[in-house]
This record gives sequence, C-alpha cells and structure tokens, in this order.
Amino acid sequence: MSTADLPLPVMRSGIESVPTLPEGAAPQTGKDFTSDQEVRWCPGCGDYAVLKAVQGFLPDLGLRRENIVFVSGIGCSSRFPYYLETYGMHSIHGRAPSIATGIATTREDLSVWVVTGDGDALSIGGNHLIHALRRNVNMTILLFNNRIYGLTKGQYSPTSEAGKITKSTPMGSLDHPFNPVSLALGAEATFVARTIDSDRKHLTGVLSAAAEHRGTSFVEIYQNCPIFNDGAFDAVKSPTTRDEAIIPLVHGEPIRFGVDGSKGLIRDNATGGVKVVEVGDAPDQVSPADLLVHDAHSPDATTAFAISRLTDAGRLHQAPIGIFRQVVRPTYDDQARDQIAQAAAGVEGDQSARLAALIGGGDTWTVA
Amino acid sequence: MSKQVKRLDRVIIRFAGDSGDGMQLTGDRFTQESAAFGNDLSTLPNFPAEIRAPQGTLPGVSSFQVHFADHDILTPGDAPDVLVAMNPAALRANLADLPRGATIVVDTHDFTARNLTKAGYADNPLEDDSLAEYDVHALDLTGMTVEAVKEFGLSRKDAARAKNMFALGLLSWLYGRPTESTIAFLQKRFAKVPDIRDANVTAYRAGWNFGETTETFVVSYEVKPAPMPVGTYRNITGNLALAYGLIAGSVQSGLKLFLGSYPITPASDILHELSKHKAFGVTTFQAEDEIAGIGAAIGASFAGNLGVTTTSGPGIALKSESIGLAVMTELPLLVVDVQRGGPSTGLPTKTEQADLLQAMFGRNGESPVPIVAPRSPGDCFDAALEAIRIAVTYRTPVMLLSDGMLANGSEPWRIPELDELPVIDPAFATETNHGDGDDAEFWPYLRDEQTLARPWAVPGTPGLEHRIGGLEKGDGHGNISYDPANHDFMVRTRAAKVERIAESLPPLEVDDPDGLAKVLVLGWGSTYGPIGAGVRRVRAAGYHVAQVHLRHLNPFPRDLGEVLKRYDKILIPEMNLGQLAMLVRARYLVDAVGYNHVRGLPLKAAELAEAIGNLVAEAEGIEVDLTAHSFHAASGGES
Repeated sequence: MSTADLPLPVMRSGIESVPTLPEGAAPQTGKDFTSDQEVRWCPGCGDYAVLKAVQGFLPDLGLRRENIVFVSGIGCSSRFPYYLETYGMHSIHGRAPSIATGIATTREDLSVWVVTGDGDALSIGGNHLIHALRRNVNMTILLFNNRIYGLTKGQYSPTSEAGKITKSTPMGSLDHPFNPVSLALGAEATFVARTIDSDRKHLTGVLSAAAEHRGTSFVEIYQNCPIFNDGAFDAVKSPTTRDEAIIPLVHGEPIRFGVDGSKGLIRDNATGGVKVVEVGDAPDQVSPADLLVHDAHSPDATTAFAISRLTDAGRLHQAPIGIFRQVVRPTYDDQARDQIAQAAAGVEGDQSARLAALIGGGDTWTVA
Repeated sequence: MSKQVKRLDRVIIRFAGDSGDGMQLTGDRFTQESAAFGNDLSTLPNFPAEIRAPQGTLPGVSSFQVHFADHDILTPGDAPDVLVAMNPAALRANLADLPRGATIVVDTHDFTARNLTKAGYADNPLEDDSLAEYDVHALDLTGMTVEAVKEFGLSRKDAARAKNMFALGLLSWLYGRPTESTIAFLQKRFAKVPDIRDANVTAYRAGWNFGETTETFVVSYEVKPAPMPVGTYRNITGNLALAYGLIAGSVQSGLKLFLGSYPITPASDILHELSKHKAFGVTTFQAEDEIAGIGAAIGASFAGNLGVTTTSGPGIALKSESIGLAVMTELPLLVVDVQRGGPSTGLPTKTEQADLLQAMFGRNGESPVPIVAPRSPGDCFDAALEAIRIAVTYRTPVMLLSDGMLANGSEPWRIPELDELPVIDPAFATETNHGDGDDAEFWPYLRDEQTLARPWAVPGTPGLEHRIGGLEKGDGHGNISYDPANHDFMVRTRAAKVERIAESLPPLEVDDPDGLAKVLVLGWGSTYGPIGAGVRRVRAAGYHVAQVHLRHLNPFPRDLGEVLKRYDKILIPEMNLGQLAMLVRARYLVDAVGYNHVRGLPLKAAELAEAIGNLVAEAEGIEVDLTAHSFHAASGGES
C-alpha cells in the first residue's frame, strides 16, 4: 500500500466559510435564537444556564441563523436543539457525531454543533466520538457532563465515580470512570477544553474559541443535575472551595491556583507527568518563575494529557479548567471537498455527458 | 490439420482452481470475449470467504461459471458442460455438479500424492476408471506453460502462474472466442512488468495453438452470436450497475451523492466504485462502523444531498435504529442491502434472499419502509434509480435488496440513452407554508396532498429554520407531541404515505402467453433468471404456466391481489424459507405455496421446472411429463 501526500495545514477559522449577516443588518440578540418551544428541564438544571449562555453568545458570531445546525443524541441535554431557533436534529442515542459528520462534510457553509451528554457521548456513542475527534471534522461538540444518567432516572454513567450508589448499583458501581478530556486527547483531538455551566464568562470564552477553531472542538461542560447527582461539582463552584479546586489553564501563562496563588504545577521528572507544588521561597516551595507555562499549542499532547490527569476520578475536589489543547491539523471535511474539487478539475463536459460516457465505457459492442 | 467445427446453441463452462490460481480473472476474460463475440451470457462467480485458504484443499477452491448462448438466456446454468480443473481439489469439489458425458479439462501437474491426499483422494482419479463417464482431457497445463514461457527467464513459480492463461487460450480456441481483447487486457494490466506481461500473452497464445495442433481435441465448437435488441451493450456486474445507477440518480436529481459505508462482503465493491467518481461530486465516507455510515448519510440528506448507505444483512441489523430515525424524520435515504447467507456472519460470499422480512419489519414500532429489488445484474441500474425516485419523491428511506449472485454475476447490458432515464425533482421547500404576513411559519410536517410527502427544507434556507428528530411529531407543525390521537394519526399517515407509492407504479407485467395458465409463479429479486428458465422448460414441454416478477415488495403493486386471484395455484420460489410467501398469504389470503432452497447458490432451473410441473399437474388434473416433448428442439435450448 502506498500513501498520497496531503496538503499542509493552513490556519483558517472554523466559521470562515459560513455566510454572515448582510452589512447594515440589525444585530441579532438572544431572542433571535430562542424558539417558541417551552423549555422542559427540571428546575435548577444546569442545562438552563448553558442554553442561556449559548443563546446569548450565538449573536456574537454574526452568522446567518439559517446556516447554523445543532445536532444532538438522546438524554436530557439532547433536547437542546428544540429550544434554539436554528436548524436542528434531535437524533438517536450516541449517533449525533456521525450525523454531524455527514452535514459538515457536505456543507462547508454551515456552522455545525453537537450537543451530547456523558452517557450519550461516552457510553453508547463512544465509538463515534473518538472517530470524529481523530478525523477532525469541522464541528463543535459540547459534552454536558453531569456524571449521572438523568433521563432514565438516575443510573451511574461512564463518568460517575467508582462505588457510586445508584438505582442500578445498590452496592456501589464497579466501573472505573472515563476522564472525558483525557479520552479526547488520547483520540488526537485538535481542540480540547473544559468549562463550568455556572461560569458564564468562562463558558462563553471557551465557546468562542471552539467556534473559531477549524476542526472538531471538544468542550466538556461540568453541569449539575439537581435531581440525581446534586452537588457533584460543588468543589469547583462554591466560593469557599473553588480557588483551591480549579486549576485554571491559560495559554502562555504559568499554571497557578489556590488561595492567593499558593499552588502551581511543575513537571514531575519521576513520573514524566506534572505535579502540584506549593509556590513560594521556602526550601520545599517552588518559585513562581519555575512553574509550568501552559502551552495549548504544543504539537505534542503529552503535557496536556498529564495536566488532564489532575482531575479527580472519584468525588471531585480538583480539576483543571480551560483550553487544554488547540492545534492546527487539516480537517476531514476540507480535505474531502478538496479531493472532489481536484477530481473535478480539468474534467470536461457537463454531468449528463459525463454520465453517458461513464455508463457507455468499458468493452462495448453494438447490435444494429 | 483441419478440424471439424460443431455448432452448439449454448455451453456452460466452469473454471475451477485454487484461490490463488486466478480463476476469477480467467472466467472474467472468457466472459468478456464471449460478450464481445455477441453471445448472450450469464455468470456465477463462487469463491471462498477466506482470502487464501490453505493451498490445494477443498475449502480453497474458487470457481467461475459462465453460460453463453446463441439465444436469450436467463441463468448461469444448472450444471456445467465443461469443467476446467486446475488441481485435484478443484476436480473433487465440482465433480458432483457435472452431468454424465461432460467434458473435463484437467491440469495433471498437481496430481501428486500429497495434493491428492489434501483433496481427500485415496487414489488418483485420473488413473482409475472413476471418471469413465466423462470426456476427460488430462493435460500437463502447468508443464506446457513453463515450457512455453522459458525464454523470459522467470522463476519456475512465476512461470507456472501463467497456467490460467494457457487454460484460457485452450478454451478460447475450443469455442472460437476472439482473442484481441484478452491480449490487449494483459498488455495493459502488466504494462509495468514486461516479462510477466509477455509470459501471460505467450501462455495464452500457446494454449490456443495447443488446441489447434494437438490431436487431443478433434472437434472445436461454435456458438453463434445471439439476436438481441438493437443497441450498444457492455457486460456488467450487479455491483457496478448499482454504483452507476446511484451516480445516474445523482445526475438526474441534481443532488450530490453522499455514500456513508462500512466495508462488508459482498457490498464493498459499490464503495470502491463510487470512490473513483468524485468528479461527479460524489463523497464517499468510509465510516467507523455500520451505524456511523448510515448516520452520516442521514446527516447528508438533512443537509440536502442524496444520502446512501450500502451494506449486507449483518449491517442492516446494526442500522435498524437509524433507519427508524429516517422513517420518523421523513428524510430521503437509500439503504442498499446486498444480501448474503445468514443468520449472523453466515455465508459471507454466498447468495441468499432471506433479508426480506428484516427489510420489511426489522425495526421497532410501526416503521414502514419501501422495498425495491433488482432481478438481474444489469437491472441493478434501473432498480437503483427507481429506489432514488421513491426516496426523494416521498421523503422516505428506501431499501434496495440486491444479493450476492446479482452483485458478482454479470450479463450483457444494453446501455440506456440518457433520455430514457427518469428525471427526479427534489422540490426543496423555499418558502413558509403556514399562516400569512407576520404570522407566516414553516411547518415541516405539512404534507403534499397527493404523495403525503413532507417538505424538505435544507439548512441555509432563510426563514425555514426547524427542528426534527426521533420523538413523535405533531401533525403539521412537527413539534414534539405525546398526544394519543396524534400518535395514532401519525402512525397511520406514515403507513398511508408508503402505501401511496403504489399509485405511481405501472401495472404488473403478467407473462401468460396464451392466457390458459392455471398456475402462476411469483418471484422477486435474483430468482428471476431461474424462474424464467424453469417456466420456459415447462412451456416447451407443452404446458401452461404464468410468471410475474415483483420489483416492488413494499408497497405491493395495486393490481397484485387481482392478478393472484386469476390463478388456481401460486408458486413462490425463494432462496429463503418462504418470506414473500408469508407476506402474500397474509395480505391476500391466497394459498400460495413456496419452493425454497437456502444453499447459498441460485435456484436450479431443472428442479424448479419439476416443481412447477407438479403444480400444473395438480391444478389441471393431468399427467405432466417434462421429457415428453423435446424442449431442446422446441426452443433451441432452455436457459
């Protein structure tokens, strides 16, 4: 088997081929993206906050509303498309990334979004997720992670901590959980981020960067389920604990957190990973100048993966938040369209003439 | 030495050898030569699922049967007149299919003690009288090949590999086939390796010359060209015709073709073929699994393309939930099932038509899907276009049921003129369809009164933003609805929409030449050939029988019930245990009887004729003797 040389990556925006509002058009508001359907999540559900943030953020893109498509799978969060005044499909369990792949590959002029949950994306749809990420299809995947099955009323999910007592696991769940960010990095995703439903500013910032990224943008959103898993993310939300719990990732800046920036990350030469250290001048502390500087653009995902491992697998007390990785790699859909253009270039005749030539080719004979 | 030339009306040859002996290529070349000569023909490749089964063993035998004639024929033939066997295993695996007196050309080179044992022979059948009933030509084809090509300095192994071309040359001489196309083919195929090229061409010519000069063969044969309708022809396999039909459907509808597919035997060749035609705007997406293949196709359809997925039975099982989504969202989608032996992994390289009920019912809920089936390799082209017409016009997934025999078998195909092809109008929605002025809205489930199809509004169309999905839709507006009466109405409406397709179908073609038949043979799919051949045998013996072949399995044509009632007895031959029979009996309350074999091979015309004859005897209260009249004399040979 041989390989063909593919074009080198070019820096392009994820939405540069999507038509924008005509010049002079009235600016859009969140209302323009709000459908007439009654929102039916439980009171206090984190999904409301994400919906509001998305409705508020979409006008900022300045795109024509009819060129935006939201695709979802099954689960509470997958009702999302019904509430947005864009094109949308509420599909079947786990399959949204594959449906979105068909849309994005055939329509460069659409901004394609996938809304999914921890069960939808990581259990039944795990295969489609990892393959979408490795192909790098131009779309943004929002994974609402509440670490529980909500719509089926409270079974443990692939992100639930081991030992979790639920309806289906009265003696505690036996499954070791996935870390969605580690999984996405392992699947060679080109854009991987994590944010929190209740931090609208951070959420919106990550969404902007994700939309701007050309390729598959993977965004894990910590989302509280007040009915079946309330308080799962209290550590990163509560004003009294969040400074210690959140490890903020900002490209080009030292990774430092804790009350008064008392903690930071350095490389751990013993394990090849990273570790949390006390920041300061004492002998057992590390100087701020020696802290690890976050490089989301590094071609090597090793450090991003190491940072992702600082997320608690059990009950959450600590988690890095922000953009872990953002690198340029050619997208599947751009290359698929390029191959079609390349094949069509220099071909003569209209489609009908070429169809006649195609079916009339090969060894033929004529009966007069 | 001038030799006698004997005229025959038809011949069935089976080339058989080890998987690595190039039997498929040999058969294919003989077929192309026969097609170019103007014979009617039909072929049956038969190969193991293993890519290279252990050499010299029975499971490793690969064969290619070609039936060619001076008249219109319908099947690859029940039993070979000539067997070309390249080793002991090939002889043993195929001998039982040969009628007494058949010709056997056998390469003696591999008849060593070791290979005889591998094939399960205790003694060399060429040296005892076990083949006495046959006309055996035991020749050292390999030895003669190696001798003929020694000037090219190839290794013994490489030289011996040209033995299939020696055999082809010999058979081409024996049946007066034109040689130019094979020589041109070899020159092109091996253009980059001149010594291999020259060895193959030389072996081919040597085989021809051997036939002409040796005294082993005192007679050669002639099978005249068959009279065929005016037109330009090519030989075509079902998978190629199906791929061309998909491209034609794309051109005729102006929709870009998107294929989402996962490799599976015997459907993969459609993926391979379409991937070569990107210049038509075709996108081929090799997905991570069967489900993603159809998922991407559904996404492409939602985005305004012609979404297609291709697979075989096991893949349909995996796609079932997604087909249900396409039923619910009422999007055009073509699902191609190239059926193979089942259940489970079953017989990957063998044919069967046992997915009909899966296509019909294999989903949760009331989930009607139109079903279209081609009846011959060339017919796969027309069937694909018809399936696309239905999918696009009625906004529905459509199942196209081909099978392994159609996929790999070939026949001469009259190349259609473009103006014979249907024009398919996607009729995208471009405007709101409910309310006026400021209240104007787009309702995605407001239906066309005639077809009951919903509007297809493509993303990018301003003002028609809408959401669809797998949850039940409210009639008209399409928002989620759990209303009991609405669900009942929508279930019935989806069924009625599929039933409406029957209004667009032409009346059935009933083949009942003198209108005297009491027995009707009803079939679908690739059994068309064997059924037609069986019917001809019965008629040639002087009896009456009618034939109807269904292209549409769902909905049935409107006049099917009326046609069935005209006959006293209905026979439904199928390569399954009676799936169409079950549907017909349930729907029309007729006492149809089945004729069923699931051997992984086409039905045999002779056996079918007997079954039809028995039913004719019962229906008419007469004795039926199919040998009483000479059908050879009457029709110039059955098919």
